[in-house]
Amino acid sequence: MSRLDALPPWAAILVAAFVLLGALFAFVGSLGLLRLENFYQRVHAPTLGTTLGTFFMLAGSITCFSVLHGRPIFYEILIGVFLTLTTPITLMLLVRAALYRDREEGSQDVPQLTPKD
Amino acid sequence: MIRRWLPYPILSALLLAVWLLLQQSVAPGTILLGALLGVALAKVFGLLRPPKARLRHYPLLGRLFLRVVLDIFRSNLAVARLILRRDSRTRSGFVAIPLTLTDHHGLAVLACIITSTPGTIWVSYDPDANILLIHVLDLVDEAGWIDSIKRRYERPLLEIFQ
Repeated sequence: MSRLDALPPWAAILVAAFVLLGALFAFVGSLGLLRLENFYQRVHAPTLGTTLGTFFMLAGSITCFSVLHGRPIFYEILIGVFLTLTTPITLMLLVRAALYRDREEGSQDVPQLTPKD
Repeated sequence: MIRRWLPYPILSALLLAVWLLLQQSVAPGTILLGALLGVALAKVFGLLRPPKARLRHYPLLGRLFLRVVLDIFRSNLAVARLILRRDSRTRSGFVAIPLTLTDHHGLAVLACIITSTPGTIWVSYDPDANILLIHVLDLVDEAGWIDSIKRRYERPLLEIFQ
């Protein structure tokens, strides 16, 4: 932890605020998993962690290490790019699987397949 | 000649940029290795015979990106409020949207936009009828959602990809 002591107070406060905000959004997203009622509602909640949660965490990391090393360090942006490209695929697979299951079970809560002519 | 060695110039440039970012240096050796990787990997990508994407209106692409970032920011706050308020009257449901966009790349971008925005998720797409099914967490006004998806995202994507 000795290297973090080199961080000036203003940067430390900024980094702390970013990390706390990121953690807050990730927490609210996880809380949504607990609170929302059905699968299709719950699948919305984790996107909070993968968007603004990740954004604030990465902003904190970029600020911290750029100030510590005295030069701009922003390769954390790649984490954001890869997360944005990959999480939708996982979520869509989950939703499609759930929809398939519900349609097979003849659930009335999901839209039925439009008959093909 | 240049087409043969550089079939996907944008992909090669992006790979080089990722390489430089990861290595955190712009030394000549790093650039050379990154350029080699970019050209070689783009050629490998060509072996997959991907459908060719034609991009137009680069400024519009930038504007669409900014709009999506803003929308993601706003819907983060909206969904967070919804979760914290713990209102059991929250009505969510499916919305069917008739699309005019048929380009595969445009649809892929639309899928990423809709799914990464909290509160909406891409459910399924029927290529025969060209109807997209999405699920909306806070569904108050169905027609409003159809209109805003078509106006805010589909129209610029149509101009960019078709």
